[in-house]
Amino acid sequence: MVGPLDRKLIRDLWRMKGQAVAIAVVMALGVMMQVMMSGLVSSLDETRRGYYERYRLADIVAPVTRAPNHVLHQIAALPGVGAVEGRVSGAALIDLAGQAVPLQAQALSLPYEGDTALNAIRLEAGRLFERGRPDEAVLLDSFAAAHGLRPGDTLSATMNGALRAFRITGLARAPEFLYTAAPGEMVPDDSRFGVLWLSPATMEAAFDMDGAFNQALVGLARGAEEAPVIDAIDRLLDRYGATGAFGREDMFSNRFVSEEIDGLRDSARAIPPIFMAVAAFLLNIVIARMVQAEREEIGLLKAFGYRSGEIGLHYLKLVLAIALLGALLGCLLGVAAGRGMVGLYLQFFKFPFLVFRLEPAAFAIGIAVSVLAATAGGAIVLRRIFALDPAEAMRPPAPADYASAGRWRGLTAWLDQPSRMVLRRFTRTPFRMAGAIIGITCGMALSVGMITIHAGFAHAIELSFEVMDRSEAQVTFTHAVSDKVLFELQSHPSITRVEGRRDVPVILRNGRQSHRGSITALPHDPVLYRALTPGLAPIPMRDEGLVLSRALANKLDLAVGQSLTVEVREGAQPVLDLPVAAISDTVLGAPAYMALDGLNRALGEPGRVSGAALLLDEAEAAAVYVWLKDLPTVAGVSLKHEQRVAFEELMDQGAGWTRFIMSAIAFVITFGIVYNAARIALAERLRDLASLRVIGFSRGEAAYVLLGELGIVTLLALPLGAALGAGLSHLLAAAYSSEIYTIPVVFHATTFGSAALVVIGGALVSGLLVKRDVDRADLVTALKTRD
Amino acid sequence: MAQLAYRAEALTRTYGEGASAVHALRGVDLELPAGEVVVLLGPSGSGKSTLLNILGGLDRPSSGRAWFREAELTAMSDRQLTRYRRDHLGFIFQFYNLMPSLTAEENVELVTEIARDPMTPAEALALVGLEGRRGHFPSQMSGGEQQRVAIARAVAKQPDVLLCDEPTGALDSTTGREVLGVLQHLNQSLGTTVMIVTHAAATAAMADRVIRFADGAIRSVETNASKLRAEEIEW
Repeated sequence: MVGPLDRKLIRDLWRMKGQAVAIAVVMALGVMMQVMMSGLVSSLDETRRGYYERYRLADIVAPVTRAPNHVLHQIAALPGVGAVEGRVSGAALIDLAGQAVPLQAQALSLPYEGDTALNAIRLEAGRLFERGRPDEAVLLDSFAAAHGLRPGDTLSATMNGALRAFRITGLARAPEFLYTAAPGEMVPDDSRFGVLWLSPATMEAAFDMDGAFNQALVGLARGAEEAPVIDAIDRLLDRYGATGAFGREDMFSNRFVSEEIDGLRDSARAIPPIFMAVAAFLLNIVIARMVQAEREEIGLLKAFGYRSGEIGLHYLKLVLAIALLGALLGCLLGVAAGRGMVGLYLQFFKFPFLVFRLEPAAFAIGIAVSVLAATAGGAIVLRRIFALDPAEAMRPPAPADYASAGRWRGLTAWLDQPSRMVLRRFTRTPFRMAGAIIGITCGMALSVGMITIHAGFAHAIELSFEVMDRSEAQVTFTHAVSDKVLFELQSHPSITRVEGRRDVPVILRNGRQSHRGSITALPHDPVLYRALTPGLAPIPMRDEGLVLSRALANKLDLAVGQSLTVEVREGAQPVLDLPVAAISDTVLGAPAYMALDGLNRALGEPGRVSGAALLLDEAEAAAVYVWLKDLPTVAGVSLKHEQRVAFEELMDQGAGWTRFIMSAIAFVITFGIVYNAARIALAERLRDLASLRVIGFSRGEAAYVLLGELGIVTLLALPLGAALGAGLSHLLAAAYSSEIYTIPVVFHATTFGSAALVVIGGALVSGLLVKRDVDRADLVTALKTRD
Repeated sequence: MAQLAYRAEALTRTYGEGASAVHALRGVDLELPAGEVVVLLGPSGSGKSTLLNILGGLDRPSSGRAWFREAELTAMSDRQLTRYRRDHLGFIFQFYNLMPSLTAEENVELVTEIARDPMTPAEALALVGLEGRRGHFPSQMSGGEQQRVAIARAVAKQPDVLLCDEPTGALDSTTGREVLGVLQHLNQSLGTTVMIVTHAAATAAMADRVIRFADGAIRSVETNASKLRAEEIEW
């Protein structure tokens, strides 16, 4: 049975449907962000966990030079070890018809029938290789897709100096290759890095590993700790040329997948609350105003004998209906958007499946925040109205008291009366005006923040690919070779400049902090590939000291002048103590730089390079690649423009995509705030405006009183919003940055201007919409109703 | 014969459509000479306020024509109506409609700033006996005082016509008489035409002309030869 109050409720809702929907939509956007982002994080996390478990991803990988297979039994006997698998891993160069540069690949042995204890693969098409067919291979499916390869096709690969032809029998994906990038690069690129799974016989023959392995995969026993097991394995394998076992944290693919998920999780934690808070604030203001307008009805209900509690419940229901509508809409939108995003992420990560998971907590938080914000807004006003007795509530409210607000004689003496009306609203209701200013300040801050982030992404690309890296191509050699190769490169007529470099795998340690990466050694004053100060000045390379990227310095908690331990994981594996000579600003990854001569001296290997940066005569580039491909020492060539495209894709497909959605939402909310501020001001002043019109003020003159207020509020909010936005930009940049890339905070001269234009544009459109209402207002009704 | 302030021919005003249509005016013809105090009497919904609003340029008739002096109100644009209100009219409503954020004097200045030939705000407030409360805000004044400020605001531009819709409706009888006294005084001293819409039949005693309304039409028009002074009116 629907009581009369509930019927009133339904009709009230219908009457105010426009406003109700507007509030609900703003609320819904906040909730949508929450549901979508936390759902995505949870989906990715859960899918990764399931995928790793099902295909038995190793917990620890231990590379060695060569160890006999019986050592695997010794590893298995170590405490904490649950499963062991030995395999042969080696570098391969894949030569595809129509491909100018050779493509780098990793060749891995896989037991027949795929019968492996660890690091299983998931066959997506075709079949595995068969016994007695050494020319059969399984290829990584994303690489195959990038080059249009299918089972039955053939390819040739150079392994250990020998060229061999293979027939592709199947395509597979594996949890250890969720994320693939060419060696030495950070940015994933399906087309430039392949994986070949070959039979044990093929691999052992190719890499001279008969009865031996060069990579041990280890699964931890349930409940076992990783660190002591790694230590034990390192001790055991030391004599077999171990370069140090490492856990999942340092596995290339997993590290970047984790970075992406963590980045998204940080965004999910930091960003939706900002939107929710703004939406809640807005809701609060609007609801308060709405209940205020019901003053007379409340008096009437009380006169009929309804108790305050009953009336309170009635309005609570009204507010809840709107808040719940918003929250539910937000949940639905969040789920829909999340499902859509899952499709994008499935392409980005190489998960075989990805189901959008609903995160119950996100629903709960979304609904709770909506309801609380709405209730708080209503409750404050209701309390004031309940304090009135019914007769008083039904009488028109006494004229607002401006006497105590002061006259501001000095200030107002030179103003006309309409301007005084505008000004005194600020002195009489400073809190309400402050509310409007804060609201628009938030809108401005959101705009500044989003514009800064967009500029940051653009700047990151510019900085990486135009300022730091000025080469056109990077050549990687098969191993550290004599720098005489640079003269050979230089001798080519179309290569205009050559700069050698050497990348050495290292573990950097400072106390308990450690980082597994590499040192990039460059000439003393590099021209093509440079480290830069925040002011973009080149940093010269030192013989005795590292130049650390800011991301790395932060991770290792190091400042200039402090020392760190460098465990080299190549050659004689020396342990060096080096000071931090300088800190550079980098965008991509977390590199550490040093002078080439200094590093070679420290390693006792003078005159070695592992790669080179090149400048080419562009017209002859294709010919140069063909020539490079045939050089025996060249392992790979990467072209900068390809890297750049891959990086831009990474930024637009990874956690970075959310910046587009957030910009749209920021705009909607900014406009919503400004428009609501204008609507509320109109509701409060309609009667004054009607009086002015009756006295003989024109529409424009009457609207001035209202829009002047909006104008001042907006103008005051702009500088505040700019300051808040500057702070917010740093928060957002931090939320968007990861170990893969760092988003700089970039304030262009136009940043604040553009943000101000967004806000002013919103204010103008709101002003016009509201002015239209002023023009349409029924003067007589406005004057004869009591308020 | 004196110059006509207003003339109306066959004015009708219908709100809404179809079965729910309300016929507020059903054909009103009228001639009102300038300089009189005219009282429009009638029950709620009889159409008297509608007529006042049309003559005041706040509403438009559904059919018929109306003139202020020689100018046809029913042919004016919105802009011209605003101009007409600004130059010729003063309005007084039941709920005063003062700007709460302006003092008594500033409320009057609101009008004197835009009028062509206004009196000073001090003079206008003196006319209504509020010279001592110039600096007070509406919230610091009684209902009668607020209505007197509203009158001062209306007369400060020296309007040709004062249109008053239930000017005493929210006031007690003593204050009501005082307010009517001010209106009468203005009529006599400045020659302002005063139209008062009211329920209170006793107000008729101070009018030059009494127009009675019922069901959207004029029932009678009487001229009053023996006007009372406002303070003599019995409520």
